Amino acid sequence: MHTAKGYNIIAAMAPESQLQQQEASWAGLMRAAQGGDVRSYDQLLRGVTPFIRNLARRYCRNGELAEDVVQDVLLTVHRVRHTWDPKRPFCPWLAAIAARRGIDRIRRATRIARYEVSDEQAVETFATPAANNDSGALRAVEAIEPLLAALPQRQRLALEAVKIRGLSVAQAASESGQSVAALKVNVHRAVKALRKLVAAERDGGD
Amino acid sequence: MEKHNTEQLIESLSRGLAPVRPLLPPARRALLWLAAAALLIGAALLRFADLGSFAARYAAPRMALEAVAMLLTAVTAIVAAFHLSLPDRSSLWRYAPLPPLLLWIATSGLGCLQYGLGLGPAGDRVGESSHCFAFIIGVSLPLTALFYAVLRRARPLDLLPVALTASLGVAALAAFVLQFFHHFDVTATDLTLHMAAVLVVVGLASASRRVLA
Repeated sequence: MHTAKGYNIIAAMAPESQLQQQEASWAGLMRAAQGGDVRSYDQLLRGVTPFIRNLARRYCRNGELAEDVVQDVLLTVHRVRHTWDPKRPFCPWLAAIAARRGIDRIRRATRIARYEVSDEQAVETFATPAANNDSGALRAVEAIEPLLAALPQRQRLALEAVKIRGLSVAQAASESGQSVAALKVNVHRAVKALRKLVAAERDGGD
Repeated sequence: MEKHNTEQLIESLSRGLAPVRPLLPPARRALLWLAAAALLIGAALLRFADLGSFAARYAAPRMALEAVAMLLTAVTAIVAAFHLSLPDRSSLWRYAPLPPLLLWIATSGLGCLQYGLGLGPAGDRVGESSHCFAFIIGVSLPLTALFYAVLRRARPLDLLPVALTASLGVAALAAFVLQFFHHFDVTATDLTLHMAAVLVVVGLASASRRVLA
């Protein structure tokens, strides 16, 4: 009955006695969290995070991607916390969510890898020598700031969160209260709008 | 840096915590939903259907078996959809409606062989069948919308199996209800159109599965 996806992974990771202990304590915390107890919930999320991280690393070797999965799982746990039945064990529920999110992330990463090329060097060596110059980069930042200010607020915030502050999409979405899809759309639109603004400025400047 | 972000995320999630009521067990939710659907359909049947003619036709074992298979397909698919909408239930539930579905297709197919093909061209009553097609779709789509509204509460993570089982269940239910208005045996054309209608419903519902998330 309780052999949901991913549970065997958890079972393989921890000795039986430890697992039972953890199960009982997490189930208790989750029950309290469903009732709205903030401290239990905080304790629970902190308790399960290393566990999820271990699971996530099984899906993604890349540490940064794995941490994205961890955050995705935490957000999902939060969103579907009413689907855990207090009469059922907690670990299989958590493991199933982690497995699902891990699989989603791998699918997304493979899809992206098929269409996009990531070049670590590209940001450092540009064809124009001036662009590799730090002061040039600084000037570019100064130049782009007024352009950023010209964007609609939602687009600007989305772009800043993801591209400048380096938050993950999931985090930025939760922070700004937008859905992940809406956030991605806003980032995309912001980049497009910026491109137009830069082009307009260049044309005007010539 | 990234771990630091996770810390922040945990803090913001705990801060925004609101109490939630755990969902009822899926079997009980399915039972409630089926009871509500039965009330709705029962009332409609009492008002519009010719129950005497239904009872007379369904005294034949093949017809009775066919009706039972449809009903079983509907019930198992609906129960399966409720289970699949939760993260920690077995994904094997997606196969639960298959045995009654096969029985339904087999008994209907047998009916076609017995009557439909025997009648030859006279068995092709496309005029009536197109009503059936419209009936199944017309009953299924609003029921699917209602069902989706209920399933959505679980915020399913894997949408396709939920959409497939949910729409199959509703379409099978519509096909079962259709039997009360179907005053003739199923011909090959009928069966094809019934199945086509079921496929259209399943296709439409699966295509719009994103509303479940």
